[in-house]
Amino acid sequence: MKPITDLMHWVETTPVAIFVSQSTYGFSALDMFHIAAIAVVFGTIAILDLRLIGLAFTDFSVTDLSRQLLPWTWTAFAIAAVTGVLMFTGQAVKYAGNFAFLTKLALMAIAGLNVLVFHFITYRGVAKWDSGVPVPWAAKFAGALSIAIWVAVAAYGRFTAFYMYP
Amino acid sequence: MWAGACASMMAQLSQWVGTLPISFAMRRIVWLIPTLQTLHILSIGFVLSSVVMIDLRVWGVSRSGTAIARSERFLPWMWAALAIATITGIGLMLGAPRSFRDDAFVAKLYLMVAATLATVALPLMLRRNACGGKDAGVPAQVVGIAALVLWLGATLAGRGRWIAGLLGG
Repeated sequence: MKPITDLMHWVETTPVAIFVSQSTYGFSALDMFHIAAIAVVFGTIAILDLRLIGLAFTDFSVTDLSRQLLPWTWTAFAIAAVTGVLMFTGQAVKYAGNFAFLTKLALMAIAGLNVLVFHFITYRGVAKWDSGVPVPWAAKFAGALSIAIWVAVAAYGRFTAFYMYP
Repeated sequence: MWAGACASMMAQLSQWVGTLPISFAMRRIVWLIPTLQTLHILSIGFVLSSVVMIDLRVWGVSRSGTAIARSERFLPWMWAALAIATITGIGLMLGAPRSFRDDAFVAKLYLMVAATLATVALPLMLRRNACGGKDAGVPAQVVGIAALVLWLGATLAGRGRWIAGLLGG
């Protein structure tokens, strides 16, 4: 995978990467906002997922809960993504070889697919199961998969740091 | 000065905790600290999101149900999540005593106390409201947003050791 290694070496030479790796507090500051943002992503998604699975918050309609929570989820996700990419640039080569980090990326890709399938297929029929009736199995599955993946993403994120600085 | 005194107390406490047999035992289990950290941050996420759900109704962004019903709906989740965050947090203090020997940890404790007070006050203010808590008055709205900001501040302070360094501490 030489092209990828070369690319990672190049990433580390960019001005942004040099700032992140050389500044005394840059990485710590990014890390602080990254973790707080992930907490909000997980919490808001988990509330929606529990509703989809039917375990809690069934007194809210699915559309009402989505409308209230998703702007928070996406804002927090954007903060987590930007801070995450910036932290990555500082030590791109090392991260690209970190098993926990690669697993985290793969899990996030699956989470993305799950969102796409749910949004463009399952959610189109939401009017039929918005409130008062059980949600279809496809929506329950999407909720269960989502909550499981985000727990794992947070765990692999912690283990990424653990293997970077043991 | 107060924070400084507390921090040196914390430094002593942290050093003492580090000598305890349970701390040694925990540090020998390599996966324990990252796992506790994961549970800690996920439960904090639930604390923050529960407060967000309450604030959305208190601020009138959402109009479904009453403000008092919304707070009664989400506060049990919030307190349960806070209990898990506290238990895992104490676990982390035992297993990773270096994590609490600085000013940032003292600041986090102060923020947590203030956030808890705001969170306890909010439903009381909603219940005393003239419209029976259907919509929140301005004081309750201010306390509601203060609770969110304070919990967010406590979350950030949990990773704020570098700020102490930045300020020359």
